[in-house]
Amino acid sequence: MQLKLVLESLLFSAQKPLAARELRELLIAAAEQESADENARLFRNVTEQEIGTALDELAREHELAQRSYRLVCIAGAWQFVTQPEYAPWVKVLVGVKPRPPRLSMPALETLAIVAYRQPITRAEIEQIRGVNVDGVMQTLIERGLIAQVGRADVVGRPVLYGTTDLFLEYFGLRSLDDLPAADELRRPLEQKTVEAAAQAGLATPPPEQLTRPEQGQPAQAQPQPVPENQSAPTQPAPETRRTGDST
Amino acid sequence: MMHGRAVHAAWAMTEYKVKFDVFEGPLDLLLYLIKKQEVDIYQVNLTELANQFIEYIELMRMLDLDIAGEFLVMAATLMYIKSRELLPTDQQATIEGEDQEPDPRWELIRKLVEYKKFKDAAAKLQELELQQENVFRRVAPKPELEVEMPPQKLDVSLFDLLSALNNVLKRLEARNDALDVTDEKCTVHEKMELLLRLVAERGVVRFSELFEPITSRAEVIVTFLALLELVRLKQLVAAQPVQFGEIQITRAPVQVVLQPSPDRTQTHATADDAHTEAAPAQHGQSITGDSNSFAQ
Repeated sequence: MQLKLVLESLLFSAQKPLAARELRELLIAAAEQESADENARLFRNVTEQEIGTALDELAREHELAQRSYRLVCIAGAWQFVTQPEYAPWVKVLVGVKPRPPRLSMPALETLAIVAYRQPITRAEIEQIRGVNVDGVMQTLIERGLIAQVGRADVVGRPVLYGTTDLFLEYFGLRSLDDLPAADELRRPLEQKTVEAAAQAGLATPPPEQLTRPEQGQPAQAQPQPVPENQSAPTQPAPETRRTGDST
Repeated sequence: MMHGRAVHAAWAMTEYKVKFDVFEGPLDLLLYLIKKQEVDIYQVNLTELANQFIEYIELMRMLDLDIAGEFLVMAATLMYIKSRELLPTDQQATIEGEDQEPDPRWELIRKLVEYKKFKDAAAKLQELELQQENVFRRVAPKPELEVEMPPQKLDVSLFDLLSALNNVLKRLEARNDALDVTDEKCTVHEKMELLLRLVAERGVVRFSELFEPITSRAEVIVTFLALLELVRLKQLVAAQPVQFGEIQITRAPVQVVLQPSPDRTQTHATADDAHTEAAPAQHGQSITGDSNSFAQ
């Protein structure tokens, strides 16, 4: 009896997505049943990691088989979902999915900043977006996509915001690591002050190389033009971060 | 505070915002202008950018659009950058006397690059958002699928019914023997119609209620036979919600298949004639042999 197939049968019959922890509890409960046979007792001591590995493997198998549905883990809970290309038919069967209205571009931008840079204060978001975000933040909080996660340890102790599980569910993400280009946009965990100071702009050419209007020759004159879409870490100077709501 | 004016205005008057919506903030406008210049952000001509930016601000002012404070701050920054550019490098001296003052051009470009990245990330989130609208989760149905059928334990066996009938007859005897003089003739067919009407009116009828108004032993028997017949024809269902409790009569759930199933036709070839016949033995057999609701 293969663990992944046992798990598959459970997820197939489940009425809600199940986390590895819940699956483990089910396996243990099955093993402890009085009527449990040798097979049922096989997974008495299974760990969540083993379950996770088995499910990853199962998901890969489903993907390779190119079925019309796939096994996904959203916000830590495993479930079977249909592939989006079959929506025209599934929609007719189950009706249009009840979903809140789509988010506006400003809301998505703000949400992206919170998602990649959390925990983050409102002032920091405004610094990146260059506009006031009060209204947009209100919308995002009301929709339960972001929430207060603490307070920054700076003057005024401004509120820190982070994304919720609902955010992951709304976008069908397994975890925050699943965000597109997460490594590039995340706030660097530890800023090496010396290195940052030495490199000034890091991967970006230093200011001296900026084209001057007097020089006439723009683009080609650059010794090392860095394409904007390349991963130029936008590492801010350490002391300018976390200014908080100074008002 | 000028800061939040544009946003608040947006909440107050949506249609007003529509015109303004093209650029959410000054950084959006700058990115748009850079895109129009068709150059890399790092190679953009800032003086030209400053001129264009201020042109747009003027245009917005002309159209009497509510210009957010952020735009004016950005305009000021751009003017400062532009004025610095006019001086030779060695004279661009730090006005505040600070050596470490960051180059405002670099600051602006760094901001633009960072903002652009989040704009791209937002576009990716939007893609995911749209995709999720077309993804449907499998939800297994609840295990107790057969909600239409009465639960197993409610089933009443023929013996339960006979035992209930016996009680009725005993009660009748105890009540009054003398009353058993009337000679009302009633057929099983008539009683069947009566029972159907009663159940249709009341929904649920207790077994004992069926016999309450009856005073003759013969009528009890006929009523009972009518009940059996209706149960056999799957018109009525006899159920016992509590074990050894009162038997209740309800309408049978609507049958999806109207045609009798093959095995049923075999056992009851004369089902249609049953209305007119009332042989107890025959009914007894048919109930035990056929009806699901009598399954033990």
